[in-house]
Amino acid sequence: MINPRLNQWFKTGTPWIWLNAGAIAIALVAVFGLLMLILMRGMSHFWPADVQAFYYKNNENALTVIGEIVESETIPIDTLPDFKKIRNTQAGDKTVTRYLVKTGNRDILGSDFRWLYDINLVKTEQPKNLMVLERVEWGNFYGFLNTVYENDQMVAEGETAWPEFIKRLHRVIDIRKQILQLERVKIGAVNYQLERIRLKERRLQLNNDLSDAAKKEIETQRSELKQQYSDLLKQTKELYQQINRDSIRATVMDGSEVTVPLKKVVKAWQPNKMTLWNKLGFYMHSLWDFITEDPREANTEGGIFPAIFGTVMMVMLMAVLVTPFGVIAAVYLREYAKQGVLTRIIRIAVNNLAGVPSIVYGVFGLGFFVYFLGGNIDALFFPEALPSPTFGTPGLLWSSLTLALLTLPVVIVATEEGLSRIPKSLREGSLGLGATKAETLWRVVLPMASPAIMTGLILAIARAAGEVAPLMLVGVVKLAPSLPLDGNFPYLHLDRKFMHLGFHIYDVGFQSPNVEAARPLVYATSFLLVVVIVTLNITAINLRNRLREKYRALDG
Amino acid sequence: MKNPSLQVRYNRRAFKDRLARYFVASGGISVIIAILLIFFYLLYVVIPMFEPAEIRESASYRAPGDGKTLQLGLEEQGTVGVRFTSEGHVIFFKTDSGKIIRDENLHLPASITSVAANLNLVALALENGSVLAIRYKFDLSYPGDVRTLTPVLDYPLGKDPLVLDESGAALSHIDIQLSDDVVGVAATTNDNRLVFARYQREESFISGDISIELESRSEQPFQGEIYAVALTPGLDHFYASAENGRLFDYSLDEDGFDGKKRTYNLEHKITRLKLLLGGSSLLAGMENGEVQQWMSVRKDGGRELVYIRNFVKNRQAVSYIATEQQRKGFAVADNRGNITINYSTSQRTLASINTANTLVDQMAWSPRAQNLIVSDSNNLVHFYKVDNEYPEVSWDVLWEKVWYEGYDEADYIWQSSASTNEFEAKFSLMPLSFGTIKAAFYAMIFAVPIAIFGAMFTAQFMAPRMRQTVKPAIEIMEALPTVILGFLAGLWLAPYVETHLAGIFTLLIILPVGFLLCAWLWGFVPNKSAFEGWEAALLVPVVLLLIWISTALSSPVETLFFNGSLRNYMSNVWGLDYDQRNALVVGLIMGFAVIPTIFSIAEDALFGVPQHLVRGSLALGATRWQTMTSVVLPAASPGIFSAVMMGFGRAVGETMIVLMATGNTPVMDMSIFQGMRTLAANLAVEVPEAEVFSTHYRVLFLAALILFLFTFVFNTLAELIRHRLRQRYSEL
Repeated sequence: MINPRLNQWFKTGTPWIWLNAGAIAIALVAVFGLLMLILMRGMSHFWPADVQAFYYKNNENALTVIGEIVESETIPIDTLPDFKKIRNTQAGDKTVTRYLVKTGNRDILGSDFRWLYDINLVKTEQPKNLMVLERVEWGNFYGFLNTVYENDQMVAEGETAWPEFIKRLHRVIDIRKQILQLERVKIGAVNYQLERIRLKERRLQLNNDLSDAAKKEIETQRSELKQQYSDLLKQTKELYQQINRDSIRATVMDGSEVTVPLKKVVKAWQPNKMTLWNKLGFYMHSLWDFITEDPREANTEGGIFPAIFGTVMMVMLMAVLVTPFGVIAAVYLREYAKQGVLTRIIRIAVNNLAGVPSIVYGVFGLGFFVYFLGGNIDALFFPEALPSPTFGTPGLLWSSLTLALLTLPVVIVATEEGLSRIPKSLREGSLGLGATKAETLWRVVLPMASPAIMTGLILAIARAAGEVAPLMLVGVVKLAPSLPLDGNFPYLHLDRKFMHLGFHIYDVGFQSPNVEAARPLVYATSFLLVVVIVTLNITAINLRNRLREKYRALDG
Repeated sequence: MKNPSLQVRYNRRAFKDRLARYFVASGGISVIIAILLIFFYLLYVVIPMFEPAEIRESASYRAPGDGKTLQLGLEEQGTVGVRFTSEGHVIFFKTDSGKIIRDENLHLPASITSVAANLNLVALALENGSVLAIRYKFDLSYPGDVRTLTPVLDYPLGKDPLVLDESGAALSHIDIQLSDDVVGVAATTNDNRLVFARYQREESFISGDISIELESRSEQPFQGEIYAVALTPGLDHFYASAENGRLFDYSLDEDGFDGKKRTYNLEHKITRLKLLLGGSSLLAGMENGEVQQWMSVRKDGGRELVYIRNFVKNRQAVSYIATEQQRKGFAVADNRGNITINYSTSQRTLASINTANTLVDQMAWSPRAQNLIVSDSNNLVHFYKVDNEYPEVSWDVLWEKVWYEGYDEADYIWQSSASTNEFEAKFSLMPLSFGTIKAAFYAMIFAVPIAIFGAMFTAQFMAPRMRQTVKPAIEIMEALPTVILGFLAGLWLAPYVETHLAGIFTLLIILPVGFLLCAWLWGFVPNKSAFEGWEAALLVPVVLLLIWISTALSSPVETLFFNGSLRNYMSNVWGLDYDQRNALVVGLIMGFAVIPTIFSIAEDALFGVPQHLVRGSLALGATRWQTMTSVVLPAASPGIFSAVMMGFGRAVGETMIVLMATGNTPVMDMSIFQGMRTLAANLAVEVPEAEVFSTHYRVLFLAALILFLFTFVFNTLAELIRHRLRQRYSEL
């Protein structure tokens, strides 16, 4: 050691303690940093940011670019493959600042994003009447509204165009809702009934029960449904004609005028004109839409309602399955089983199952539940649908069962802990007053353990809600055509595949064709999932702490 | 209990009590059984892979029709067999009884001197030097819902025998290869010449007429005797076995023999030669019963045969080798009637049988290798049923280097599917296990110091009020869905690390230095006792500052020292390949995911050290740090060890992070800048696509079983250690 004072200082141990403190500081920064990152990126997605018009000039040409700045970075020039194209670089310049600008208009420009180099910007402004359209396909549209057309007739231009456009847009949105209602709900129901009739017929055929009377009945039902179907189809056709009526013409950034049919527009706003309050209102509205709407464009746009719904359904089913079994197993281990080596081994084994990788449960679920149980169920109860499987394919029931198995240890461990914390004196008091063991359990022990059971259940739900790997094998899909719960008998469709928030994140973030454009949406989905899970966990932790306090008081 | 109604009530309560007891007991036990089921079901799926194959004789009869058997064949389901006789007849018969269905006389102009077969193509070499090629097929129809097979013969080279040797010498050995438009025929003549001819073949779509045009014909003289020949499907090699165990390898090109010839010495007389499916492996059956597999391998610009492995279960001279039509398996028969069923890559002899007890001269597989038909020198035909579904897997295939076709050396390879028929799945679990350990290793490097140092501080030095918030905060970190962490790793951290590589490494250095500097400066602050236990909170802004500094420094450092980009510099100057999604990214994010596991358990262990020990040590004059290192740490070390094991267990089984943050390439490279493929990620990718109960499916279940056992054993050990520790504390 060069410096004896430094040596002395190290000997006191203070620097080591500070290093330890540093470790925990890093961990804290990591946790909160990550949460903040998700929060910022997830929540900024819905903010109607101002849109800029950049006047831009590089070695090749001058152009106007309209869009929102998404990101800016300063990078060394050498790493740019096309740095020769950049106009004003000086010989000494080593770095260059550039902005990633979301220009939208994917149908016209080919891509949503474009890099702009700071040094080439001539002028930036925020034109008040710039308009942003969220469209059914091709992403956002940026441009200036010129005229509004009804069929081929111009109905508004200039100042009056915008209010007219908004008025007509509301009408279109209304019609779109009606179409959706007709197609999804009504026609869906008819199709579903037709399929049921087909299966019924096939079943009768398989059992050799297809009498002429039955045949006739089926035929009448079928023709009735077909009639309904064609009626509904006619109605939708009419609506489609109505929705085609209006269109607008708008100028885009290269100066050309394009026609946008209103039926393609989901939402329209002029961000540069909006006040802060307008923006806040718009923001809340967008957030609401995000939570309640169906996804569009291969999940990269629109809402995530089916994913939320699927996650909740699956978790609820799982909770229904896991609670009784987990509690019974815990009660057995703690109250009834003889406390010996075997019980200890079982307890350790159950405990360790919590550490078995979730994907292993997925593999087991696929092999045992789906192929073995599901295959046999199909052969026994649904022979009419074969060879297309009913339960012999991944679905909601199997996902819930697999996750129930996965979270069983969590519930067992938590319940056992709760049971073990109940003071012996209470049990003995109850037994001493003449209650049987079952009565003691039911009236004294379980009510007192109920917060512990709740804790276990909440932890189980939190774990299940975030679990993705096993679900990829036993039931989730990127896009489910229908929800597992709907108005068609038997209402709850346990055999259906479903969408899931976690899988949605994986799928949109990694499997979608336009990852860059979909990224804000993934952050928003992540944020939602994190909020749900962190809330659940905090509730569980608080419950647990409160419980401990309570029993401590009882003990004393 | 005099009151009868009370008695009744009492009885009812006692009954209910018993009922509850049985209900709870049966429920509890069934839950425990359900948990055990996971293990047993995985095992149940895995075990059939390691069981031997089964072969049994289902029928045996006199060869249907007259003459000697020259070649046998079977249809898809094995119900109908075909037999080419020395009299020039093709006889179709029922395999269960030998009943003749159809007997076709080929009306050959000369007697048959040798035969070659390739799938359902049979080439008959005649005494006059010409060759007749015949394909047998079975047309399937369902008249009256009964599966009916109609045998059909078709002549891909025309109905008339093709003149191979213009001098008309008898052909003693022959082999044929037929593709859509090219035909190659190689033969030996009894006047010691090797003849090779190559034809262009065209089939008219309208009339079905076949035109055959000779492309080249060439010959080579040879000395001594030839016992067997084989021609590769690419028509580039002609193998011939000669006296003294020598194997000749003649190179061919479009004009025939190109003059190159290699000789290999196999020491024993080679009695049979046969190419495995795909044609890159040559099986040489020898006089002593051994079958050697040689493979064509690239070497010094050319291709050369290399000895790969052998099969020694036959003890007598090999009399026939029949290769499977869809896999790399084969059956070997010897001159005492022993038949063995083997698989090349796994080097397994899966079954053996002997019902002929005399020389077996012909064998043929059904296309799916579920039936084997055999004829012996007593002119008997034996029909076997074979159950051999999983020959590809053995211990060596899973865990040792295997030399696969198309590779220059033996290696560990995982490659479960490809597009071509001749592809063979490669099931080495080594790259996956290696990837799993690698990912876990880098995660642990990052997580262990932070988690354990953090736990040390939290348990012993932190102010209780701060501890109350820090512990839950880190526990919440454990609950964060890994899919979110994986998404951040893949789409945010990976690109960030790539552009800020220098910053990341700077951070590694300046973080500890910064902490020490803070500690030193803190020494000069007066009235600091109020902050004792809050050092960590004080350091949070420091960490943020240091992260900001390293980010800001990143670009200048890269510009100054590494020509602008460390990533490019590394690959250009140091030759280090850089994957964007690499072990560094996985290590950081997965480390983040396992920190809470380790932290939580280690903190419990450290915090649980009895306070009187700590106070005693402090009272004796030890500093806080001395107390920590010499009293608390030794006491809690088993707990810390078990925490690390638990963390490792979690890292091993983590799926989503690895799936999203690496390229999932199954390479074996320890480099921190390369990706990997782990067992768990592999399961997530491949299980949904694996055909149910195929070998691939079962191998994947084996991988799941390995993961299960590994984590289970690891966690149990950790749990036992923790248990021990708890006991020790309570004794103190």
